[in-house]
Amino acid sequence: MISVIVLTVTGLVSGLAIGLVVKFYGATPNPLEEKLLQLVPGANCGGCGFAGCEAYAKALAEGRAKPGACPSMGEDVVREICALLGVESQLRAPMAAVVCCSGDDDHARRMAFYNGINDCQNAMLVAGGGKGCIYGCLGLGSCARACPYGAIEIRANHIAVVHPELCVGCGKCVSVCPRHIIKLTPKSAPVHVFCSSPEKGALKKTFCSAACIGCRKCVKAAAENQMTMSGFLAAVNYDNPPGADVAAACPTGALRTAAVVLESTRG
Amino acid sequence: MTKQLRFYGGIHPMEGKVAQSVAIAEPPLLETYLVPLQQHIGAPAKAVVAKGDQVKRGQVLGEAQGFVSAPVHAPTSGVIRDLTTCLGPSGAQIPALILASDGEDAAAEPMPAMDWRQATPADLKLRVAAAGIVGKGGAAFPTVVKLSPPPNKKIDVLILNGVECEPCLTADHRLMLERAADIVTGAQITARILGLSTIILGIENNKPDAIAVMRQAAAGSGVEVCCLKVRYPQGAEKQLIYAVTGRKVPSGGLPMDVGCLVQNVGTAAAIADAVCLGKPLYERVTTVTGTPLVSPGNWRFRVGTTFAEAIKLAGGVKEDPAKIISGGPMMGMAVYSLDIPIMKNTSGILLLAKGELTQFEVRPCIRCGRCNDSCPMGMMPGILSVQIENQRYELAEKWHVMDCIECGCCAYACPASRPLVQHMRRAKAEVQAARRARAGK
Repeated sequence: MISVIVLTVTGLVSGLAIGLVVKFYGATPNPLEEKLLQLVPGANCGGCGFAGCEAYAKALAEGRAKPGACPSMGEDVVREICALLGVESQLRAPMAAVVCCSGDDDHARRMAFYNGINDCQNAMLVAGGGKGCIYGCLGLGSCARACPYGAIEIRANHIAVVHPELCVGCGKCVSVCPRHIIKLTPKSAPVHVFCSSPEKGALKKTFCSAACIGCRKCVKAAAENQMTMSGFLAAVNYDNPPGADVAAACPTGALRTAAVVLESTRG
Repeated sequence: MTKQLRFYGGIHPMEGKVAQSVAIAEPPLLETYLVPLQQHIGAPAKAVVAKGDQVKRGQVLGEAQGFVSAPVHAPTSGVIRDLTTCLGPSGAQIPALILASDGEDAAAEPMPAMDWRQATPADLKLRVAAAGIVGKGGAAFPTVVKLSPPPNKKIDVLILNGVECEPCLTADHRLMLERAADIVTGAQITARILGLSTIILGIENNKPDAIAVMRQAAAGSGVEVCCLKVRYPQGAEKQLIYAVTGRKVPSGGLPMDVGCLVQNVGTAAAIADAVCLGKPLYERVTTVTGTPLVSPGNWRFRVGTTFAEAIKLAGGVKEDPAKIISGGPMMGMAVYSLDIPIMKNTSGILLLAKGELTQFEVRPCIRCGRCNDSCPMGMMPGILSVQIENQRYELAEKWHVMDCIECGCCAYACPASRPLVQHMRRAKAEVQAARRARAGK
């Protein structure tokens, strides 16, 4: 009984003490920061360039960050924040990640059977992962695990596929991919080159039947300056992207829309 | 009976040295050689020949670029057919030359033979550099760099590494039996360059014939032959130093920090060739072994011989190999192509049959501590691997992950079949990247 009373009294007294200290000495919360904290998404993806959502909200309140920097924030929320801060609306074009490789197990040759740790970065340390194409997706899911939004799926035939509707373009996957084949592209661009190998077409063909062989058919099919060649690899000019119909010109299927990739790769 | 010398930890895997009684053979001349320009740690050599050039055996094909680098010499006479790249054992593409042999095997004008007892240490060192000599034990570190310690480090002991603790490999064993005198000469030359008088040759006592032959050859030369208890990885630099001298290399330190220099017996023989005969390093003894092979053995291969040719020489295979390893089973690299050339550090080619491989199911760490007992560096691989799985690389660095020599004892001892070495390699790569990033700032 005595212990109950002692504990209750101690609790009350220390609670009162804490309350008083906070009232007289505590930092006055910035009301703007509080409001902003409610509005930021809370995923802590780091796509804005700050340590997390709280740091971003703080930076916004102090005028060190731009409202449009958060990749996952909806348009209406950005407008609301702009109104709160009294700045002009600055929307960033929505971006999405694209895994630039079509070399799943149905198309690309594996030279070795890798049975080590199930992680791309670890596999890279063992003879480069054992895939014939040294630029190809290893399909062991380093990117999928890094994605805070669950937007990357590793298909059963070992390729990473991005679901554009879930991807916010934070870029976390871009930095963890040991093959450096994930690109951030504008969501509005309909087609992408799903190949990253700069090698000559003939060499690529020996390893992968879905590689860009550098035939330039897409460059000819698209309007001027929509498709370019960088060495033996076609590239979409994302400032002036071609329409989805240009994908029909590609003989290997390296040039495709993200939707087709989602459908075609075996699940 | 003297006390048997050894280091702390380690394991005793099966030895499998089936080729130890097979004398070193000279392979026939090949039609083409695929000569890599980077057969060493450091900057790749810069090609000094062009496509179509006629070259002679021993001619310089690539010049060393910078201090930590080594020149590459032609393994035979012929025509440079192409400048290309080739696959290395690590899976990386390395620049290489295709040399089409003309069948004459004509030698280029050799470097003048030197009398090592008269030559100055500086001249001898220049010769070691010009002959493209690198550590033949495995790491392929340019020997001249090891022979040039900074002035504040005094090296007083030269340790010759004839341990060959790696299972299955017998190249160094055969070399000691057949070229004992050259190994001793090479050691004496190295000692003259460094100005030291203590030379110890470490051999494990599972090679009594090599111990006897080396003792005889070393009589009166100042080389002391030291028998070691069989224990893997006795041939690792730091372990050998401890076993032989009792000195402990500090964490993150080099052998020179405790006044030692460790050199493979093959490297010593190459130094003797370079100085006494003026012959650059373009061939080495490599063991080709494994149960799928018809006739395993040891050959004096010229660099640039592909694995496919080497296997053909060993009589081909009687059953399909399931795994091909460049080096030995403990520290070698599994390769997925036979178009990889033999390089200055290729100590062995090992083929494993399907029945010899196990597909491990990785289970959680049960904290049994066997990895700790077996780690020759005194690390805690099990606990470290759990932290590394959770990507706590900073903690791993604090726990000395960089000391790991990747010998594989921990993974060998682990009853939960955890891929401990791969975890360590990952952490080492991450720590190195972080250090580079810090240095860049």
